[in-house]
Amino acid sequence: MSENSLPTPTPKVNPETKPFWDATAEGKLLLKRCNQCQTVIWYPRFLCPACASTDTLWFEASGEGVVYSYTVTRRGQGHYWQAAPYVLAYVELAEGPRVLTNIVDCVPESVAIGQKVEAVFHDTGEGSALVRFRPA
Amino acid sequence: MSIKGKAFIAGAYEHPDREIPGKSPAQVHAEVALGALADAGLSLSDVDAYFCAGDAPGFGTISMAEYLGLGLSYMDSTETGGSSYVVHVGHAAAAIAAGKCQVALITLAGLPRSGDFGRPPFGGAPEGAFENVFGPTVLGMYALAAQRHMYEFGTTSEQLAAIKVAASHHAQHNSRAFLQDVITIEDVLQSPLVSDPLHRLDCCVITDGGGALLVVSPEVARDLDRQCVKVLGEGEAPKHTNNGRIDLTHTGALWSGPRAFREAGLTPADIDYASIYDSFTITVLETIEDLGFCEKGKGGSFVMDGALHAPHGKLPFNTDGGGLCNNHPANRGGMTKVIEAVRQLRGEAHPKVQVPDCSLALAHGTGGSLGTRMGSATLILGREDA
Ligand SMILES: [Zn+2]
Repeated sequence: MSENSLPTPTPKVNPETKPFWDATAEGKLLLKRCNQCQTVIWYPRFLCPACASTDTLWFEASGEGVVYSYTVTRRGQGHYWQAAPYVLAYVELAEGPRVLTNIVDCVPESVAIGQKVEAVFHDTGEGSALVRFRPA
Repeated sequence: MSIKGKAFIAGAYEHPDREIPGKSPAQVHAEVALGALADAGLSLSDVDAYFCAGDAPGFGTISMAEYLGLGLSYMDSTETGGSSYVVHVGHAAAAIAAGKCQVALITLAGLPRSGDFGRPPFGGAPEGAFENVFGPTVLGMYALAAQRHMYEFGTTSEQLAAIKVAASHHAQHNSRAFLQDVITIEDVLQSPLVSDPLHRLDCCVITDGGGALLVVSPEVARDLDRQCVKVLGEGEAPKHTNNGRIDLTHTGALWSGPRAFREAGLTPADIDYASIYDSFTITVLETIEDLGFCEKGKGGSFVMDGALHAPHGKLPFNTDGGGLCNNHPANRGGMTKVIEAVRQLRGEAHPKVQVPDCSLALAHGTGGSLGTRMGSATLILGREDA
């Protein structure tokens, strides 16, 4: 776990997504891959949106990625109302999907598109962790 | 089978107020419904179809139908965010063309400026847990698109600001506009950054208000004294993250636009006036590119040439001042987009911004989050004799 200054709201877990969140509590980023067409699936779900197969398997992702886009949010809302400034970003995982996340452990203004980042896990205290990214 | 020429907009009404304390959302829905009926010269008892979206209080179309005392043979509560009302015109025209109804009422109303934010959207969305925990804001999600557009195409903050400036030039002639001052690119750039690269003045206004439309059959239109507007084509498309392979520099207009133009048998070059959804400046930029008014990635230089300024720009847009300056009732801009297009085609826009001999107009709606998860809709309208 890296040091964290951002809020860690507890995600709403359901039976379909429980394996994902259980793994985050152990510091693992799990993704699903379609066993028929090999497409990596995001967000994890019951079927493959590329070919409609329901034959999908969990696997552990590398946790590596690059910043696809980012913004320095200067006015947060809800859980984040006192968190600004913070970086909201899409990170393109090495496995393909682009995921919404935060970039942490850096000066917000230093983030750039194309920057290499790696996953960090911020415990929610409720059996799950939020997968954020820091400069690699 | 197409809707081309099979339906007409006979009534269009924008609530005159931008702050409406002391009224209920249902009441404002009713006020705008009566306003549109009066505009058309019809009455509530003529209405046989009703359309509304997520801003309508209660149970889909049913609660407002009860409030208004409507008997209906057709109803539709399609919810695509701010574009819903553009979609509704297309659906109403299709229902009329299929003989299901003759007089379709569409209403929008909401009171966010007075602190009533309506029903919470996106309840139970399957993607929610994977995104909401990271503090996304509406503005933040649009800022992500703007940042990527700048990265891929070299778009600048000055170019985005020019869109707000054009809207402000139009709003100065609208005595009802929430913001009526003409502003400069510098004004936009010097307003606070809210979510980089978007400034406060890159955003639309937050207003109470509403609007309503009446879409009618050719037979009904023929018997009315009011000048009607012909529905020529409509296209709609959802855009989502596509299994996480999200593309932030394109919008659903890439698909809704060609569908509408094909149905109307027209091209972007034929359009005299365009209402372009303008929740933020970046919304306009990506949309005009995707609709084919300029090359992809060239939206920035296109808007810097004064193209959006009425009446003589290459693409006069949002002559009421748009959502950026005039009105964004209930945080949903699709209704006012259609209403201003109707004014232009009737020759009833403000004389300073009325496009001369305006005979073909486009109204485009954008709902949800730009590029991420959105409903796009494009409507093409013509003068009654088009
Ligand atoms: Zn598959």
